[in-house]
Amino acid sequence: MIDLSLLTDGGVGWLDASGPSSHLVLSTRIRLARNLAGRVFQGRNSETEREDILQTVEAAARDTVLLRRAIKFRLDRLERTDRQLLHERHLVSKELAGLDADGRVRSGASLLVQDRLGVMLNEEDHLRLQGLHSGFALDAAYAEVDRLDAELGQRLAFAFHSEFGYLTSCPTNVGTGLRASVLIHLPGLVLTKEISKVLQGLAQVGLTFRGLYGEGSEVVGNFFQLSNQTTLGSSEYELLDHLGKMVRQVMDYEEQARQVLLRDAPAIIEDKVWRAYGLLRYARALSFEEAMNLLSGVRLGVGVSLIPDVGMYTLNKLLVYTQPAHLAMAEGVAPNDPELPVRRAQFVRKVLESEVGRRG
Amino acid sequence: MSCEQCHEREAVIHLTQIVNEQVTTLHLCERCAAEKGVESPGSQPKTPLGTFLAAMGQELPEQTPTTPRTGESCSRCGGSLQDFRESGRLGCPDCYRSFEVPLRDLLRRLHGSTHHMGERYSDRETAPAPERHQAAELREQLRLAVETENFELAAELRDRLRVLE
Repeated sequence: MIDLSLLTDGGVGWLDASGPSSHLVLSTRIRLARNLAGRVFQGRNSETEREDILQTVEAAARDTVLLRRAIKFRLDRLERTDRQLLHERHLVSKELAGLDADGRVRSGASLLVQDRLGVMLNEEDHLRLQGLHSGFALDAAYAEVDRLDAELGQRLAFAFHSEFGYLTSCPTNVGTGLRASVLIHLPGLVLTKEISKVLQGLAQVGLTFRGLYGEGSEVVGNFFQLSNQTTLGSSEYELLDHLGKMVRQVMDYEEQARQVLLRDAPAIIEDKVWRAYGLLRYARALSFEEAMNLLSGVRLGVGVSLIPDVGMYTLNKLLVYTQPAHLAMAEGVAPNDPELPVRRAQFVRKVLESEVGRRG
Repeated sequence: MSCEQCHEREAVIHLTQIVNEQVTTLHLCERCAAEKGVESPGSQPKTPLGTFLAAMGQELPEQTPTTPRTGESCSRCGGSLQDFRESGRLGCPDCYRSFEVPLRDLLRRLHGSTHHMGERYSDRETAPAPERHQAAELREQLRLAVETENFELAAELRDRLRVLE
């Protein structure tokens, strides 16, 4: 079993709800795709080459300020539950964690992580630099990842083309290699059925959305990851500025939708959020999906001041620790244990009993 | 807004294209879009590049005779356009040179541009010494030499690497 206590904040510093607009935006993530020059891309790397890439990049990282004390996780040597745990913490992609349908972990698949920064190794690209911040913080998150990119770029030769920019294994990432994502909670737009219009609008301005766990994941608990679709033809700052403007607009739409709900259907909304709270407080068995949807209802209730005494930090904590691998690890059972829904309900009751009334 | 094709049904798909450096937007209903081979968001293809890949290299040869045919492969990694179409991933950085023409077209369609406007690797204040690039290049050549059992070349490359490092 891996020891996450080695990480200063357990890799979940972002859940403290301290960042800007954290009542709507859970976290902001930046990633940069980079490949080493003079080597074939990951898909064609042999086991030996992947090992060599890991050694080369780790040596460079140990020489930097930002990753000098990084903790290394070798995904290829971890049990499935541990890998799933790192994925649930948004520290590694599903692909790197080997949680895709075939369930195989690539040899050399690793993660270096220190505070809010990390590097995934031997992912689709040799390096995936990433930074995760609490709330809506595109500029701060990018500034940090950019510093790491500079530090690593001084020590490693990256594949770069004068016209196409940073070369990536998939042409969808070429150029800046930048993907910025904002994880945002939009229950108002879902309830008013405006959400598909908003998402279509985003697609027209070059943005895309994904579910809670990024690429290929489903939308659960009304959480959407909004991110830039293109990586070439605009500078990093233009991409971030564009995404930022659009996210602010979506936040305005969400606030408006909430006002409409409160004005036109106050009794229904009040019933909905308190019913969600009641179920979380007293249910004896909760599936992950049900827990997520109920937490979404309570989060909405807190956001519109209908539910007074629950803190965002408490809700974020429940969001993270009721996920299958997290709960299974805390309870010492397997993530597919049939008892898990019962344990989940117990856990939620315990947290709500002890923390409600203390604003987080 | 009604569909620009049939003028009957509501336009639900708005397709922005760049044709001859001109940006045009087509507003289509689902049925006319399907007839034109445009995928609606509900029918996502398997690979993220989807129809781009399927179309790649198939409409180009007439206008651009230099386009590598499906069978041609990258001189560096041996990957072919066919491999790329199937996996959605390129084999190595040199593939961008080997398949430059069809890729340029693909990039234009994916990103609306082929020009990187962001930070440049060489602009980094203390950009890596050219030796680093050279060393990486040599290491790769060395690996290939060993793989092909060209030991004479390998020995020479190893010596050059030692001097560099």
